[in-house]
Amino acid sequence: MLELLPVFEWLYGLAESIGLSGTLLTVVVYSVLGVMMFGILALLALFLVWWERKIAAHIQQRFGPMRTGWHGWYQTIMDALKLLQKEDIRVEKRDKVVFFWAPIICFVAAFLAYVVMPFGKGLIVADLNIGILYIIAVTTFTVISLLMAGWGSNNKYALLGGMRSAAQVVSYEVPMVASILTVIIFTGSLSMVDIVESQSGWVWNWFIFRVPFGPIAFITYIIAATAEANRTPFDIPEAEQELVAGFNIEYSGMKFAMFFLAEFVNMFTVSAIAVTLFFGGWQGAFLPSWAWFLGKTLLVVLLLMLFRWTYPRLRVDQLMEFAWKILVPITFANLIIAAIMKYAGWYW
Amino acid sequence: MVESNVGPVFYILAFLIIASAVMVVSLKNIFHCALALVMCLFSVAGIYILLNAEFLAAAQVLIYVGAVAVLMIFAIMLTTNLASRNIKQVTENALVSVFICALFCLGTIFLLWATPAKIWRYATESLPVDNTAIIGKYLMTEFVLPFEVVSLLLMAAMIGAIVLARKERS
Repeated sequence: MLELLPVFEWLYGLAESIGLSGTLLTVVVYSVLGVMMFGILALLALFLVWWERKIAAHIQQRFGPMRTGWHGWYQTIMDALKLLQKEDIRVEKRDKVVFFWAPIICFVAAFLAYVVMPFGKGLIVADLNIGILYIIAVTTFTVISLLMAGWGSNNKYALLGGMRSAAQVVSYEVPMVASILTVIIFTGSLSMVDIVESQSGWVWNWFIFRVPFGPIAFITYIIAATAEANRTPFDIPEAEQELVAGFNIEYSGMKFAMFFLAEFVNMFTVSAIAVTLFFGGWQGAFLPSWAWFLGKTLLVVLLLMLFRWTYPRLRVDQLMEFAWKILVPITFANLIIAAIMKYAGWYW
Repeated sequence: MVESNVGPVFYILAFLIIASAVMVVSLKNIFHCALALVMCLFSVAGIYILLNAEFLAAAQVLIYVGAVAVLMIFAIMLTTNLASRNIKQVTENALVSVFICALFCLGTIFLLWATPAKIWRYATESLPVDNTAIIGKYLMTEFVLPFEVVSLLLMAAMIGAIVLARKERS
């Protein structure tokens, strides 16, 4: 079983043998961990891009990438390399500082959530006691980066995309947080490890199986999360037919790649949160804990991908109405039901 | 818990806060001002983390950066012709405001100087692990009145915003 603790100890031992100490030691060890996490997530994002293309193709009765390797498995690696070599086009009338920082902030915000992500038993960078709240807080930087990209490009399509995304993410944050709170009522802790451990034991301890609030909370969460990740049927910010590409229209090369990778990392993030909250996180028999976590998360990712390629996009007004008139009341009613059940002790 | 490495981090954060706060009130482009405000509020969250108040830090980022600043930026983007215009940040009342600020600054310094040193102290032990739950309990028991007053205030502000928006349309 792969655990992080031995890796940590090995790293500490290595760093200490060089002669580092105190603050510097912590800084070095966490930097190495950060780089490791970045590498794993970048690979994962590349895989997700390829997977999405394959799923889309098969839904549309095509093959998708086939020419590079077995079923085109290294197509996205080649695409990424190509993007790195491309010219970095800078629009003449851009807002220089804002245009430059937008993709960087988007990229960093996407990876920040993984500080508290429990990949497996003991496989977590830092078990903050505000875990899930921390994730909700740092993901708000994604919105700011999209707004910056929209503004900095000095392009009306980009501006519209950025504005739509801000309106959408701010609206859908409310039902998303309310769904998460439904689970938090029962765990009594915001720590990601505590949330997973409160679902230990048999499979009916997973929050998805705790009727009636569990499944409802999961459904509302996954809807809100799809909107948060800007994916179809909620991909208004980058609706290709209306806005060409939305907020990232003026970006090319490396900067575009950063937005693109961040989008797929975000998709993995919301799925991983869903798994942690509702599907028992790393819990499972026989296989190592990280394999369970990865497998469950990829299943949720698959669900999001199927959404994308089988549902049509909502209109802007429908999107807002759905958030405020349907989703918010349902999540709050569900939250109250969960609170009553917790108070009365009607749960297991 | 005060550690020896808090010093440099604190000074970096303090510099960021002051620099970005000055940028908020001095930059010509109002969009840049809003982004500087985001940086300022985010750095304040860093100070909270140094003081072991993680919940407060997360709430700061969530509410001020995630909601308030985003709505501000949103409003700026929706306002037409604000992009190209250079906003003059200094009015003719500059002298008066400098005077008021100086007075406030002196008052703060006096307060810091006059307060006995033993009142200004860091907590020596770290917070209990479930401090978020404790904050929640206190909000619902001992401080329920201020909590409700704040919610009422927000409600009133919301209704005010709706009334203003409706008037404009008719």
